[in-house]
Amino acid sequence: MLDTLLQDYSTVQLERVKVWFKAAKINKFPKNGGACVKYKDKQIAVFNFSRENKWYACQNLCPHKMEMVLSRGMIGEDMGTPKVACPMHKKTFSLDTGENLNGDLDSIATYPVKIEDNFVYIGFSE
Amino acid sequence: MKTVIVVGNGMVGYKFCEKLVANEESKDFKIIVFGEEPRPAYDRVHLSEFFANQDAKALEMAPAEWYIENNIELIISERITDIHRANKKITTVKNREFSYDYLVLATGSSAFVPPIKGVEKEGVFVYRTIEDLEGMLAYAAKLKDKNPNARAAVLGGGLLGLEAGKAVMDMGLEPHIVEFAPKLMPRQLDSRSSQVLQLKLESIGLNIHLSKATNQILGAHAITGMEFGEDDILDVEMLVISAGIRPRDELGKSCDLKMGVRGGIVVDNKMQTSDKSIYAIGEVALYNQMIYGLVAPGYEMANVAVSQILGKQEIVMAAEIDMSTKLKLIGVDVASFGEPFMPAAKGHSVIFENKTQHLYKRINVSLDGKKLLGGILVGDASDYNMLHQVYLNSMPIPEDPSQLILPANEGGAFGSAMDLPDNAVVCSCENVTKGQICCSVTDDGNETLKDVAKATKASTSCGGCKPMVDDLVKETLKSLGKVVKERICEHFDYSRQELYDIVKMKEIKDFDLLLDTHGTGIGCETCKPLAASLFASIFNETANKQETIQDSNDRYLANIQRNGTYSVVPRVAGGEISPKQLIAMGRIANKYDLYTKISGGQRIVLFGAKLHELPLIWEELIAEGFETGQAYGKSLRTVKSCVGSTWCRYGLDESVSFAIEIENRYKGIRSPHKFKGGVSGCIRECAEARGKDFGFIAVEGGWNIYIGGNGGANPKHAVLLAEKVDKETAIKYVDRYLMFYIRTAQPLMRTAAWLDKLEGGIDYVKDVVINDCLGIVKQLDEEMQFMVDTYKCEWTEAVENPEIRARYTHFVNSDEEDKNIEFVNLREQKMPTPWA
Ligand code: SRM
Ligand SMILES: Cc1cc2nc3c(=O)[nH]c(=O)nc-3n(C[C@H](O)[C@H](O)[C@H](O)COP(=O)(O)OP(=O)(O)OC[C@H]3O[C@@H](n4cnc5c(N)ncnc54)[C@H](O)[C@@H]3O)c2cc1C
Ligand code: SF4
Ligand code: FES
Repeated sequence: MLDTLLQDYSTVQLERVKVWFKAAKINKFPKNGGACVKYKDKQIAVFNFSRENKWYACQNLCPHKMEMVLSRGMIGEDMGTPKVACPMHKKTFSLDTGENLNGDLDSIATYPVKIEDNFVYIGFSE
Repeated sequence: MKTVIVVGNGMVGYKFCEKLVANEESKDFKIIVFGEEPRPAYDRVHLSEFFANQDAKALEMAPAEWYIENNIELIISERITDIHRANKKITTVKNREFSYDYLVLATGSSAFVPPIKGVEKEGVFVYRTIEDLEGMLAYAAKLKDKNPNARAAVLGGGLLGLEAGKAVMDMGLEPHIVEFAPKLMPRQLDSRSSQVLQLKLESIGLNIHLSKATNQILGAHAITGMEFGEDDILDVEMLVISAGIRPRDELGKSCDLKMGVRGGIVVDNKMQTSDKSIYAIGEVALYNQMIYGLVAPGYEMANVAVSQILGKQEIVMAAEIDMSTKLKLIGVDVASFGEPFMPAAKGHSVIFENKTQHLYKRINVSLDGKKLLGGILVGDASDYNMLHQVYLNSMPIPEDPSQLILPANEGGAFGSAMDLPDNAVVCSCENVTKGQICCSVTDDGNETLKDVAKATKASTSCGGCKPMVDDLVKETLKSLGKVVKERICEHFDYSRQELYDIVKMKEIKDFDLLLDTHGTGIGCETCKPLAASLFASIFNETANKQETIQDSNDRYLANIQRNGTYSVVPRVAGGEISPKQLIAMGRIANKYDLYTKISGGQRIVLFGAKLHELPLIWEELIAEGFETGQAYGKSLRTVKSCVGSTWCRYGLDESVSFAIEIENRYKGIRSPHKFKGGVSGCIRECAEARGKDFGFIAVEGGWNIYIGGNGGANPKHAVLLAEKVDKETAIKYVDRYLMFYIRTAQPLMRTAAWLDKLEGGIDYVKDVVINDCLGIVKQLDEEMQFMVDTYKCEWTEAVENPEIRARYTHFVNSDEEDKNIEFVNLREQKMPTPWA
């Protein structure tokens, strides 16, 4: 069942956003860390890079072992690229492009995030 | 487009494909591979692992998709029956025909079954394929149902026979090894080492019968025994034959290729047979009038055949082939390399033997004492890799060669990795030499292990050579006059020790502040947990305060498991637990439906808790008097105890009381890596204290203190720090040792590795913590006392604080659970659905 889960996630470019989903208040997200948002049947990991005042979102599903865990991973940066390290085996993914930075796993899907009135919104195409 | 047909999809046939498709030119070839077995090539060398998990997939050299992705047509379960050399065609058992331009025979060998009367009886097996093992497992299970004490024999006491012996023992049968020669492993060992090995094997429960020629196999349909002489009978109900191999050369024979007198298809140093379009590689090939029953020469043959087919004629097989071997799996170290037996005319032998410890080491040295020619190691083969390198590269050896094998000779004799010649292969997975690694530093300007690994691929596969590569990089940098800095990561231009001092002196307690004042960028998964560990080690800050800089497990105060659930591990100091506590734990585990087991660290682990359940479970455990066991932290895990003088008739002191006291003393302390302790009541050492980072053993007149041991991937026995001291002194010394370690070790370095790298080693530690040569013991004592006095249970803190509790939800915008977490049943408990 989990294998088919992967199909639920594909990157949404900013110009393709049809729905801005109002996820939660910004203070629900830990500083310099992540939390998981439910949108329909999708699980989206949202990261609060408070040091830089930036936000990123990606699928919560780690393509390595198909576990819903990325939101619990540690965030950081690799030569300027914002990244998340999966809590299971520390595979790291760029939050800009979704690319796996320390291996050759499939890229993860990323989603646009915007902040309005202290709320976090995630952009979906459907 | 030319067609290459490979007959045989075993280890070597597979390697041929792998090497071929790694070349660009392979695009010009159509590759077809035939395998007679019902599955793609698997790792026969590790065949015995199949007994443990019966997971055939885990042994695969590559999954079936790999062949597709690489445009290789793999046809399994189809044997080739004929070769028609005249028109370059082959026929399969299904009567299909295929044409080839090049034919590669990689048909391997089969187990040799000696012509003994009765070998066809039920219950007689060979040991070669997964199907053989499945047959053995099923038969053994049937036997044990009828008779729990059933016996099984292995015919042959060679390398493979011993492995098979261990396998039947692990199946729960009483194991017997029957060998024709008067010694075990006759091809690799001399008689003394073979005797030592025999003692060791007998001590782990194998029964050994030497100088036995089997006349017949007894039994009506199924085997009931083996008869050696008239009155010499061994009753056994199963037999595994491991009496050597015979090349599967029938195809060569039937198409009239040149054959060896005793079988095998003759090849030259290009791996070509007497027909230039036909190559033979692996265990079917007779090279230098020998069949090489090892996988490494087979891989080299595959490499040569690929090169020849691609027109690189200069690549040929070496004239001499290294047959060094190390026995695996059996629970006892055995290795032999180079020339293991040596005629006195060629050189001298240095022999060290200690039967009480089942130890035997022999090295053979050239007459002029300058070169290592070969050797045998039984009981301790930890120096095998280095000795093997010294032999392979004809490196100079110490004037007194006994230094190479005498015990208690910590690393000194070998010098550094820099002494290896440039062509020594340091990373054997990726085939990277010392020269390539050093050049990557000197010529290409790579300055860190990470960059060198990226550039050369060294250490990127199994990682076993990482320490050596790391040393090489550092030593090369030093030789260039560069200061080697243990830089933490791109965000902090400091070593851990420097950062430790900064944090301590400037009392910086906040990661953002540390970055602002001493770092750059926003940090990463290397520097964040490191800083967290410093804040904890210096200020005793719990992992709750700055949760997003903690390692994954610390962030939620629990170890994450396969399906994203967590484990719950309460502290059970010294392993002592009352019935009442057991009942409480059982009740709570039952309520939350948790999988329960006794951990390897002498306490109880509950698995399968969902994130939101963690505070609920811990709240109940805390109410019953439990506290966190910090199984997630780089901190004290457990202090293992034996029952000691309280109950044991040999005990010299109360080991349980001491273990509890010391576990409670050090609980909560964070350190560069986890640390563990043990306390044994006497030298029988039932608590395995010498396998721990610190250990106490009661002796006549006090406690002996041992430090720097661990199990894990590189087991190391702890070494003596002090003898016959009273308890207070023992605690004082270990307090100081631990604080000294915490201050000075590199990130994620266990005490054993730290001690190994510490200049001056154990003598220096004694000087620091006993003789106070640095004048810091007062400070160390105070620092430790501060840690002890300020201990807090992190889980108590978490369940009492609503803000921390709120972290334990799967979604921020919904109270729903994660629907994707799945469990399956397991022996009346549950487990995560296995990964695909
Ligand atoms: C649960 C347990 C296995 C069990 O089912 O019994 C276990 C489970 C894990 N061990 Fe262990 N080890 C367990 C006893 C051991 C032991 C035995 C012992 O302590 O006597 C050892 C060898 C002794 C030693 O450490 O010297 C051991 C040597 C390791 C190592 C290798 C360390 C090394 O220095 O080489 C690792 C890897 C690491 O820490 O980097 C490891 C890592 C792990 C990790 C943390 C892997 C991970 O990151 O998930 C596992 C965590 C599972 C979990 O959720 O708790 N575990 N592990 C045992 C918990 C003991 C406890 O009560 O806390
Ligand atoms: C239990 C065990 C432990 C071992 N341990 C070690 C060790 O520790 N170290 C070490 O170096 N070596 C070890 N070996 C030996 C090592 O496994 C062999 O050297 C290696 O597998 C040889 O590879 P190969 O490809 O030549 O032969 P194989 O792996 O036997 O492959 C040959 C394949 O060809 C197939 N085949 C044969 N004839 C035909 C045909 N006509 N048509 C189609 N297919 C055919 C066979 O079914 C087989 O699958 C061990 C072997 C065993 C059995
Ligand atoms: S040995 Fe330890 S780390 Fe490895 S699988 Fe077992 S519990 Fe996990
Ligand atoms: S599951 Fe994410 S790295 Fe393995």
